[in-house]
Amino acid sequence: MKPLRFRPAALLVLLLAGMLLAGCHGATPLPFRLTNLTGHMPQLEFNLTSDEDKPVSAADYRGKVVLLFFGYTHCPDVCPLTMAQLHVVMKKLGAQADGARILFVSVDPARDTPAVLHGYVNAFDKHAIGLTGPSRAVEALVKRYRSAFTREPSSKDGNYEVSHSSAIYVFDRDGNPRVLYTPADKQDDLVHDLQLLLDQKEPT
Amino acid sequence: MKHARLFVLLAGLSLAAGVHAAAADQVHASHAWIRVLPGTLPAGGYVTLENRGDQPVALTGARSAAYAQVMLHHSSTQGGMSRMTMVESLPIPAHGTVVLAPGGYHLMLMQPGAAVSPGSEVKLQLQFEDGSSLPVDFIARPANALGDEAPSPAHSGH
Repeated sequence: MKPLRFRPAALLVLLLAGMLLAGCHGATPLPFRLTNLTGHMPQLEFNLTSDEDKPVSAADYRGKVVLLFFGYTHCPDVCPLTMAQLHVVMKKLGAQADGARILFVSVDPARDTPAVLHGYVNAFDKHAIGLTGPSRAVEALVKRYRSAFTREPSSKDGNYEVSHSSAIYVFDRDGNPRVLYTPADKQDDLVHDLQLLLDQKEPT
Repeated sequence: MKHARLFVLLAGLSLAAGVHAAAADQVHASHAWIRVLPGTLPAGGYVTLENRGDQPVALTGARSAAYAQVMLHHSSTQGGMSRMTMVESLPIPAHGTVVLAPGGYHLMLMQPGAAVSPGSEVKLQLQFEDGSSLPVDFIARPANALGDEAPSPAHSGH
């Protein structure tokens, strides 16, 4: 039997095909501990207003590892708990945390003005940014990640609650969705996966 | 007889105490704290309630001069969705403990009359089903606190 031989041209085609495939997924496989989202959801994309009252898009956060979280400031219990826990996560990351951004997207844009959001996110962590905007723009982002929220009926005094998805979506520096963190997951697993993503070089 | 009279008096007193033991008298509160949020945003109030009595009691809410309204709520996560529900009454079994903690039962403190600053104490009157109320000092903690105590210095350096 003749030894199996690849012709250089065929090898090149294979290599190119491999690179193209990798490009489609747009992400190097990493040994994540949380639910892996790689290749299952679209890239980060939005047009909203930041807590500094500036129009921002996902492109403004390319190069950063993004933690996307939906909430609202009139939520006294679960949202602040999540934000306080993310503050602990950022502290555990140490200097690496500067490569990460927590994007707190308001599902209550009627009450969450940029000014309200500004005071809110800064009370938790310096890496946190509040995002708000027209309901349609918020809904588009929520739907993009198959998330959901519902405004509950108002009480007599006009106050109301918003039920919302409790998951945190983590994106790599290229804006690719990579892992999903839920309240049932271990905080150290989030720290672990964030470290993997922060160890990846910034795109050039 | 002097002693007999004293006995009757004491027996009567203890009987009265047994019949009228108010919920507030048999509940011991600890780890009471408030997560203060900026501006006039509603805050969460948390406390551990230990029923030292032989009778079950039930917490129905709280009042405070510092907030226009206080409501007893429960947060839950089902099917990936977080929601809050109002709680009419939270039972505390005899010799049992109920913990109001982030992500579960909590007091929603609305419309602060004046800004509450972290480190200060806020008095709340916990109200029970039998009409009795228990005054408890809640320590105000910053937004990113995780409990009633500041982390020990050994852990704060990270």
